[in-house]
Amino acid sequence: MTSIDSVASSARPKFPGRSLEASSPRWGEKAIFVFLALCGLLSVAVTTAIVISLLIPTIDFFRQVSFEAFFLDTVWAPRQATGRFGVWPIVVGTLNVVFWALLVAIPVGLASAIYLSEYASPRARRTIKPVLEVLAGVPTVAIGLFAFFAMTPAAAALLPFLDWSSLWSVGVAGVAVGLMTVPLVASISDDAMRAVPAALREGGYGLGANKLKVSMRIVFPAAVSGIVASIVLAGSRAVGETMVVLIAAGRTPALTIDPTKSVQTMTAYIAGTATGDIPTGTLDYNTIFAVGTLLFVATLTLNMFAIRLVRRFREVYE
Amino acid sequence: MATDPMTPTTGRTRLATTGARRATEAALMGGAGGDRLTGLIFQALLLLGLSVALLMLAALLIWSLVEGAPRLGLELLTNGPSTVRPSEAGFRTAILGTLLVVGGVVAVIVPVGVGAAIYLEEYANKERWWNRLIELNIQNLAGVPSIVFGILGLAFIVRGPLSLGFVAAAGSLTLALLVLPTVIIAAREALRAVPPSIRDGSLALGATRWQTIWRQTLPAALPGVLTGVILSIARATGEAAPLLLVGAVTFVTFNPSFFEGGYSVLPVQIFNYSSRPKEEFRVLAMAGVIVMLGLVLLLNSFAVWLRGRFERAW
Repeated sequence: MTSIDSVASSARPKFPGRSLEASSPRWGEKAIFVFLALCGLLSVAVTTAIVISLLIPTIDFFRQVSFEAFFLDTVWAPRQATGRFGVWPIVVGTLNVVFWALLVAIPVGLASAIYLSEYASPRARRTIKPVLEVLAGVPTVAIGLFAFFAMTPAAAALLPFLDWSSLWSVGVAGVAVGLMTVPLVASISDDAMRAVPAALREGGYGLGANKLKVSMRIVFPAAVSGIVASIVLAGSRAVGETMVVLIAAGRTPALTIDPTKSVQTMTAYIAGTATGDIPTGTLDYNTIFAVGTLLFVATLTLNMFAIRLVRRFREVYE
Repeated sequence: MATDPMTPTTGRTRLATTGARRATEAALMGGAGGDRLTGLIFQALLLLGLSVALLMLAALLIWSLVEGAPRLGLELLTNGPSTVRPSEAGFRTAILGTLLVVGGVVAVIVPVGVGAAIYLEEYANKERWWNRLIELNIQNLAGVPSIVFGILGLAFIVRGPLSLGFVAAAGSLTLALLVLPTVIIAAREALRAVPPSIRDGSLALGATRWQTIWRQTLPAALPGVLTGVILSIARATGEAAPLLLVGAVTFVTFNPSFFEGGYSVLPVQIFNYSSRPKEEFRVLAMAGVIVMLGLVLLLNSFAVWLRGRFERAW
């Protein structure tokens, strides 16, 4: 043993007057590392802050309002003297918007995605994709105003047999939200379909299938997890949309599925209430946070589900 | 068939030759007529779906232009808001407020967002659970509704620990937290696209880690990072919901300042004008929409052009 050690240590080269360690402790590098790590940890801090800022007033809220009154009552009238805190009207309002939004976003978005990935020439792709990105970047206030002042009268003119006595219509608002989320569905589904290896398509063509069969029977099923993820993300976006529904769907909570009626969504309730002057700590103030917690949990669940799906389709082919 | 010496007898080769024969027949004889019709109908349906989206966008832009054109003019930018005289009202304070708020957003997201991206790409060991937690958090925050960030701002920044009050700085901070995940994700993609050989060469020549990042990696990734920042600015310019909660009070007649007093931003001012009963206010709101759309579309197009122009194939 010792003979091997002495041979090894005598074989190690010794540089005169220089060690291989760094010449200075590099405090600047260490300080920069700490700063960058703090920047990274900020995201965790933000999530924690969101959770804390939502939870504390929510716990306060549930000390005064029972779970049954919140989840089982069907009237939402918190500002009245005999406050009713049944959350179902505003949840159903949100679900209405999501339904109409997905009804528009799924066919239009998927049609755009299939066309862009399977049928479009590279030049058409280069022109159409940026245009869809423009649609994604339009501010929601503009879309809300368009829905209220242009789309609702147009819908009333096109479908006169429905009852349009209410100025606000959740169906029109939902369709506007759906059009807003079309770029999301289109771009993620397009990515998913383009990730399918060319070998699968070419095998299909080689066996004599036409373009329709290859697109719908080979590419579409192979990309289905990415496509479902895009739909779930669009739904999550529709749940969280505020300005369009605030302008076009109205502020009266109503437990209805009639598309021509006005409803209040969870987001519209929060935005409509928090802009007033409500003192901190009152029950009305806490309703904002209780509804906000519900909203946060709903979108978080949908997003985590979608992230898992996206991760799965990215792993399979890469 | 088994007696014919030319017919293959094993199952697999029989299948292969039958398939090949059918495919050749289909190719040579142009395929069945019914197939081609359904193919064309399908393609028409796809184009119909795509055009619905594109036509709606065009309708939105044209309608905004038509509705707001009567009030377009320089007085939009110089007049303050008014509740009773729509012909003398303008968006001056709102535009100044937007510039202040968005300026604050940029001041926060550039160091913090790019810093977090650099940490995650260059320094963090991906195996460690805390780094994976950071990545998961960023992905989740990207999907949180904007109004929840408004609630966060109301509880933490306006009241609560920071207690800044209803000032423009609070609006800046809230919006910065909202767009931060976008910047981080875009910057990470840009940093990831820089090939390792650039970093290895710099390190081999004796540069420290930070020198490598600052002098080689970051300049190489700059177009992608800039694109992310510009897209976030465009988003912040058009956001109204979180600012409604953080005090973008809609009637300020004085020019806003950063740390004191009330403020207003362009989308919120448009929203307020549009909810007034007088018809002239509606036209004024649409003129504001034209200004806002113009600004946002300009920023978005610039970002897309930047991405296309400086995309390098390493």
